[in-house]
Amino acid sequence: MIRVTNLGLAIDGKTILHDISARIPPQGLTAVIGPNGAGKSSLLYCLSGLTRPTSGQVSIDGADITAARTTDRARMLALLPQVTPALPRLTVADLVAFGRWPHHRGRPNDTDRRIVAQAIRDLDLDDLLDRRLDTLSGGQRQRAFIAMNHAQSTPWMLLDEPLSALDPRYASDIMARLVELSRPGTGRAIVVVMHDLAMAVRHADWVICLKAGRLFRSGPPSETLTGAGLSALFDTPIHVEHLRGRPVVIID
Amino acid sequence: MADRSLLILAAACAGAAAVYVAWGLQGPYGFILSLRATRLAALAIVGASVGAATVIFQTITANRLLTPGIVGFDSLFVLIQTLLVLGLGGMGYAALPAFPKFLVEILCLCAVAVALFASVLRAGSSDMTRLVLTGVILGVLMRGLTGFVQRLLDPTEFALAQAATFASFNSIDPVQVAFAAPILILALLLAWRLSPVLDVALLGRDGARSLGVDHERLTMAALAVVAMLVATSTAVAGPVTFLGLLAASLAAAALPHWRHAVLIPGAALTGALILIVGQFLFERLLGLQSTLPAIVESLGGLVFLVMVLKRRTA
Repeated sequence: MIRVTNLGLAIDGKTILHDISARIPPQGLTAVIGPNGAGKSSLLYCLSGLTRPTSGQVSIDGADITAARTTDRARMLALLPQVTPALPRLTVADLVAFGRWPHHRGRPNDTDRRIVAQAIRDLDLDDLLDRRLDTLSGGQRQRAFIAMNHAQSTPWMLLDEPLSALDPRYASDIMARLVELSRPGTGRAIVVVMHDLAMAVRHADWVICLKAGRLFRSGPPSETLTGAGLSALFDTPIHVEHLRGRPVVIID
Repeated sequence: MADRSLLILAAACAGAAAVYVAWGLQGPYGFILSLRATRLAALAIVGASVGAATVIFQTITANRLLTPGIVGFDSLFVLIQTLLVLGLGGMGYAALPAFPKFLVEILCLCAVAVALFASVLRAGSSDMTRLVLTGVILGVLMRGLTGFVQRLLDPTEFALAQAATFASFNSIDPVQVAFAAPILILALLLAWRLSPVLDVALLGRDGARSLGVDHERLTMAALAVVAMLVATSTAVAGPVTFLGLLAASLAAAALPHWRHAVLIPGAALTGALILIVGQFLFERLLGLQSTLPAIVESLGGLVFLVMVLKRRTA
């Protein structure tokens, strides 16, 4: 479980996050939603330990993340930044192999190679193995980066807007894979910053809503992703209806 | 495949070196051979250190346009030398034992470069254009400061300090070469040890950190190695700004690989090859009509311009 207590973050005197306390369950998919500039990415970076909060604490499975050593942290959680470098010369196989770095630090053994091969299979990248990253489509590229995070074999995976700039087909493909990777029994929980409310409604097991740097609401989708809740969160009329048994988000 | 292209590069270097030493050789053999061997060693050391330094520096700054020369690393070394002349006086400086003096200069450069560039580069690292501009302005500042300090010197001291300010392969001090070689080898070994982490650093600061790389420490270590390499080449031949860009770009184009364990030796060999072939052409075929550094710098500058313009249209 990730437990956030009274988390605050200020950068250059500007308050980004204010007194956030929340918990994130240790399995399934947690969506972080909220309007632009609400501090979603900042919260994710605080969770990852890459950004040190100004006040408060983040504890992951009982350990204070800011106190953890870099290597231990990298074995505990994987982060996919929103913007990834182009890396034109790397192949998919090269990229996924990077995921094992925290475990071997430059000297991969057979176990590392086996896990990399498995990660490549899990994300159906076998056909793209030797393709260079600059020849991939946006969706394939995102899949390769997620395979790298998957190979890192961490109990926690944090993704910063992995669906941005993907068309619906790729976005739902990526989302389905994330659900697959965080199924109960895999020993992994995934936290995703996202804008697509339809996807959140459809796939999230837990939701953190941020507004203007504060925690607006958090809980299971049945409590957080309601018409009234979303309307207040985004200051715009939003309805959640049910169509063929599934929740559907309608924005006025 | 990568190993083979490295071998080809190494063979080309060896071939160029052999031709350079043996071309039109007449007696007295001993004298001419030692003269040529010294110059050859100087060319190889400068080319190799500048090439390797540039590859490392570009990865750390995540920027294919910068070289240690452009941001003023070598000017900083000259500034340190000039300040030593100013502080100790011409006689005092000349009287210093050569090897310890060289070591002290290298250590000073490492310390100042790490302190200065680590902070500046970190602050601007998110913004490519700002990073390049900051780098170029820093370079100009270093050169300006050196010029200013040199104006404070008396003429004898000035002559002493000025010798270090211009790139030249015509007056090579064999003693300097003998000092530089072990430092270069040490720096290349350190670079080789850093190369797997530098590979991870290609993922960017956040990407590398999330894989457990201590990015701050890596930056410091890499800048220290770059400082060693630049100090070596500057001590031997004076500052060369764009050679590194030429060497790194050509090596990246010639080698079908991205790993630093291949790219660093590749750029080192390319740098050495450029200088050896260039010097051969000038000395033997063109009859010393111009100077090698001038031509290499203009070629490298051209590559820089083309890369900047290509990036703007892309």
